[in-house]
Amino acid sequence: MAGWASISQIKEKIAEKSAEEVTASYLERIKKSKINAYTTVCEGAIEKAQEIDDKGHNGPLAGIPIAIKDNISTKGIYTTCSSKILQGYVPPYDAHIVERLKDAGAIILGKTNMDEFAMGTSTESSFYGPTLNPWDKERVPGGSSGGSAAVVAAGEAPVSIGSDTGGSVRCPAAFCGVVGLKPTYGTISRYGLISYANSLEQIGPLATCVSDIATLMDIIAGYDSRDSTSVKTEMVYKDALVDDVSGMKIGVPEEYFGEGIDPAVENAVWDAIQFFEELGASWEQTSLPHTSYALAAYYIIAMSEASSNLARFDGTRYGYRSEGDNWHVMASRTRAEGFGPEVKRRILLGTYALSAGYHDKYYLKALKVRTLVKKDFDIAFKKFDCLMTPTMPTPAFRIGEKVEDPLALYLADVNTVPINLAGVPSISLPCGFTDGLPIGLQIIGKHFDETTILKAAYSFEQNTDHHTRRPQEMA
Amino acid sequence: MITKEEVEHVGWLARIEIHENEAQDYAEKLSAVLEYFSQLDEVNTENVEPTYHVADIVNVFRDDVIRLSLPQEEVLSNTDKKQEGNFLAPRIM
Repeated sequence: MAGWASISQIKEKIAEKSAEEVTASYLERIKKSKINAYTTVCEGAIEKAQEIDDKGHNGPLAGIPIAIKDNISTKGIYTTCSSKILQGYVPPYDAHIVERLKDAGAIILGKTNMDEFAMGTSTESSFYGPTLNPWDKERVPGGSSGGSAAVVAAGEAPVSIGSDTGGSVRCPAAFCGVVGLKPTYGTISRYGLISYANSLEQIGPLATCVSDIATLMDIIAGYDSRDSTSVKTEMVYKDALVDDVSGMKIGVPEEYFGEGIDPAVENAVWDAIQFFEELGASWEQTSLPHTSYALAAYYIIAMSEASSNLARFDGTRYGYRSEGDNWHVMASRTRAEGFGPEVKRRILLGTYALSAGYHDKYYLKALKVRTLVKKDFDIAFKKFDCLMTPTMPTPAFRIGEKVEDPLALYLADVNTVPINLAGVPSISLPCGFTDGLPIGLQIIGKHFDETTILKAAYSFEQNTDHHTRRPQEMA
Repeated sequence: MITKEEVEHVGWLARIEIHENEAQDYAEKLSAVLEYFSQLDEVNTENVEPTYHVADIVNVFRDDVIRLSLPQEEVLSNTDKKQEGNFLAPRIM
């Protein structure tokens, strides 16, 4: 029963059998999994499903199983950010989106593996070991929400939730052949999301189809006073599910097809853009001239914010604690032993970039470049309804390929980070394959205009069959 | 670009103990990244304002009303090191 399925297909199965049987079949499938995509599996999910069968539930997700990234707080369920420093941590409260999902009747199957503290593009920096790509177990699933994408691709959850600071929903969606949305900054409350780079990150849904993305957005988006950057919107995302792109003006920024792009990825994305023309849209090449500086600006800002946000993990109140004669020694050892190498590198660089003498050169300069990157988008969106690019310049790379070279790994994020600097929404969806590996098309929209990019993605999906391909069961 | 000594100093600021045998590796890897960052020097940012965040929000206020918070025992539930309703930590000085 478990496997690839849309929310509406699961609803039919629940009506036919029961929520309990559906949840049990997913838990069974997870037990046999070989991809290491869950950090925690909730056996208690069965009782929650029984409760829905017994008492009934009229929420839009009644009995629908869901997987949640391990950096989103779940009351009574381990939340570790795939880090040793939060080993054993059980949040005493739910994140805003978890409250919303529970109210809608969703059943939490488990927490998904990720790059430690969401710092990575491959899910290899997890304390629990890497997640394998369901399409090729020698390859990474992308990151940092690698577990959330892999469980959907492998049929170990019908839908999941990730977070996207510099591409962490879209990259794994592209590498695993699923759909993933990073909403406009401020759309989804970050209350209960364990912070990495607070001015850049948004929670986002992953699914096998665009329609499920809209369903989840209608539940998890919305104002929450506990996140001071939360914005009031009245959007109905399901209204965007219209198969019609006639008259849509698409911009194709040349900088996103730059050095290092895989020819098969380039071809697949151009084929997709030309297909939009057949569907009635028009496209034109354009330029976002500050793109090449976005990556450096992004990493400086993300690391600076991380150095402050991760200061709270000092062994005093929760998680791992080391020994020491005084607090400073205890905290310094706790952090040295509890954080992995990439997290430590980013905290050190962020601390350096904010320290006396370097603040203006690095942090302030990056914030000014951010303004220029954002302006590029403002100018482009005066002319275009949306922009289309490859999500990632290459298909999924091999496990271990970039582990020893942090900079090489950062460069993989070149097409996703400008979107977070500007705070605009962006969706990744499957648009082809190369040597059996999925390729992702990225569609970028104006602030709070998820409607246009969902409409474009939905229309593409309705008229193509890339999203119907499934990975083989792993031997 | 960043020396072993600077790595050790930043490690202290960030409260991350750096072992003697790690400092060199950090210095090399962090220097490569800093060198990449220095490409921003090329960008003309004269008269450009910094963007701290993109939300069109300045100050967010709420009414000063007392609200229910988590019970003390739940807040303390993630540590064994506690005493009389407080977190127990080694002395600071």
